Amino acid sequence: MSQKLYSEIKNNSFPIDLKEIPVLKYNIFYEQVSDLLKNEANHCVAYYGLATSGILKFYCYIADDNNNSIAVFSHEQNDNKTVLKSLTMVWSQLQIFEREIHENFGVKFEGHPWLKPVRYSHNRFDKSNIINNYPFYTIESEELHEVGVGPIHAGVIEPGHFRFICNGEKVLHLEIQLGYQHRGIEKLLIEKKDSLQRCILSENIAGDTSIGHTLAHSQLIESLAGIEVSETLQIERCIALEMERIAVHIGDTAALCGDVAYQLGQVVCEALRTLIINATQLWCGNRFGKGLVRPGGSNYPLNNDVANEILRVLTDTDRRFCEVADRIYSLPSLLARFEDIGKVTREQAMSIGAVGMAARTCGISRDIRVSHPFQFYRNYPVQQVTLETGDVFARGMQRNLEVHESVKIIRGLIEIWRQKNMEINIPIYNYKLKQNKVGISIIEGWRGEICHSAITDTDGNIEHYKVKDPSMHNWLALALAVRNQEISDFPICNKSFNLSYCGNDL
Amino acid sequence: MLKEIKVLKSHGRQYIKDLRKQPVPGLFRGRPVISGDITADEIKSVSSLCPVMAIDNKSGSIDLGKCVFCKECSFLLPAKIRFTNDYRIASNVRETLIIQPDSENPVRLEAEIVRKEIRKLFKNALKLRQVSAGGDNSCELELNATGNVNFDFGRYGIEFVASPRHADGIVITGPISENMSEPLQICYDAIPDPKIIILAGTDAISGGIFEGSPAINRHFIDENHIDLYVPGNPIHPLTFINGVMDLLGIR
Repeated sequence: MSQKLYSEIKNNSFPIDLKEIPVLKYNIFYEQVSDLLKNEANHCVAYYGLATSGILKFYCYIADDNNNSIAVFSHEQNDNKTVLKSLTMVWSQLQIFEREIHENFGVKFEGHPWLKPVRYSHNRFDKSNIINNYPFYTIESEELHEVGVGPIHAGVIEPGHFRFICNGEKVLHLEIQLGYQHRGIEKLLIEKKDSLQRCILSENIAGDTSIGHTLAHSQLIESLAGIEVSETLQIERCIALEMERIAVHIGDTAALCGDVAYQLGQVVCEALRTLIINATQLWCGNRFGKGLVRPGGSNYPLNNDVANEILRVLTDTDRRFCEVADRIYSLPSLLARFEDIGKVTREQAMSIGAVGMAARTCGISRDIRVSHPFQFYRNYPVQQVTLETGDVFARGMQRNLEVHESVKIIRGLIEIWRQKNMEINIPIYNYKLKQNKVGISIIEGWRGEICHSAITDTDGNIEHYKVKDPSMHNWLALALAVRNQEISDFPICNKSFNLSYCGNDL
Repeated sequence: MLKEIKVLKSHGRQYIKDLRKQPVPGLFRGRPVISGDITADEIKSVSSLCPVMAIDNKSGSIDLGKCVFCKECSFLLPAKIRFTNDYRIASNVRETLIIQPDSENPVRLEAEIVRKEIRKLFKNALKLRQVSAGGDNSCELELNATGNVNFDFGRYGIEFVASPRHADGIVITGPISENMSEPLQICYDAIPDPKIIILAGTDAISGGIFEGSPAINRHFIDENHIDLYVPGNPIHPLTFINGVMDLLGIR
């Protein structure tokens, strides 16, 4: 198929008219997806359904990382009776999206190998499906045993269930069952008409990515409402996003050290993370940056004192993190636990459509800051870090390198920021959204690609709101990483990805 | 070895000496103070602005059990409402979390109604099981932080344990998702008596921004006695630490 049957949209630009989006017959839709995904530079950002006036509409967004564009196209079904040919058979990266559609609307995808519930959403199609009856994969054998972990885990973390099938100490298969964190966020984002409420919801999608998700939301609202923000504000948002990245990466390094009983690394990194999040609090009064990002403006414009303090903290942290990272990634006893453990190959990562850090550690260049630049990254190119080995070591080292890169970015941004006019508007809450539009906003949070998308109706109300956290793609990477590993290496593999439960469950 | 010593030297001493008096840096959004001369019209405007209906539209009081600390009311009326950096806002009485206008009084725990066995049994060691029930991972991270090198709550024998069988109480975060309500109950039932319940964060105390969502189920909260409410979005580690110390009667 050579014909382009889709509309193109640039990230963070004008939304497109609903009627401009081609509605394809399913077989054409199928071919269009296949045609696009043949190119490695393309990956699926989101594919979701919504029910309006008795019709099921399905929208698919496929991002072209080489040309900074997103292809948008759709198909419609009159009901959920028609059995659709599963794309997952050929393109594994669509597995989670087809599962979600099946769970929400009861649509059957013929040939999908794994048509299981994603999150047991409150509005799921089949309410007789309950979370206690998840259909786990089993293997009949007298040699094998199963290990169930969760939903409540040993540590102070979010809930989710992991079911291992083991041969002795070796993991043959891991199935990850989520849904325990489902709070109905997408529905609330539509129901709550108040724009401040939507901001608060966005920053609570995943508290460890408050800045990332609120930025994706604000950017979406700004594009749908036609609000332009100053370059100064764009710079400040990028600084905030990089601070969030640094804080989490250092915190995760602490956790990795904790898992291999390297106490020096753990305590030093914990203390360094504290410095960064306290600097965020100095700026906006919240250690996680809640309240910092708002549509149209900011309640906490950066000032010289705060900027200087951020630079001071970063310089100090960078030096100390260098010292300790040098130890962490050279001690033989640690390397033995990191290297060649929890490996994901480039081929696997590509096939499951991994995004963000998880993709970059397998040699895939996939960084929205580079491929679909947003905010001030459009004027300030970012040096993308990629590694090749796809193991726990790579995911640790990736964090290390990204911390240094982010420190450099913040330094550069503050330099430019100082030359700008410091005027920043206050947030805009009484916006009016354009009618009958589809807006798409994607950003690179510390985990990877976050997508917020909304469809407006004839009155400019939000008719549908879709949130996609990078964890949606990447949980499968964890399941693949632990295959043929010792089960005792599961915690460190899990930590090395640090995926979001609430970001998946919404 | 020399390199490790260098790391330690840079690390220096990080622990907070006095967890009771440690100041928090910057613009921390803690206990609000509402001016006594706030007018009825002003109350109406901030009350309708509040995203979680934490401000009473008659009295103008702010309920910290509902407040998400977005500070928008203060941006609207900076002369009438301000958020202080007082992080000691935990209490065992739900009503105490409601801050009335014209009051500079700190939020305090009512020691006389704390069950006697709590202080008797747990004052020297309290082991807690944490359950995240729809928590967004920010309160969870802050609870983890209470045990880190900075806050070191373990110095009082207070820490988080893996098994409910080893625990003296439960710390709940999140608005309690429908899908977590049963695991939460099972976990609570597995903790031996006597046991305490602590709600950490606005979401846990009232449901926060998720209040009214059909995907949450708050029966557990309605049916059980809550020993400590720790407000925050997320809670600050020092809010939790001071709240628990007050509950146990640690000076």
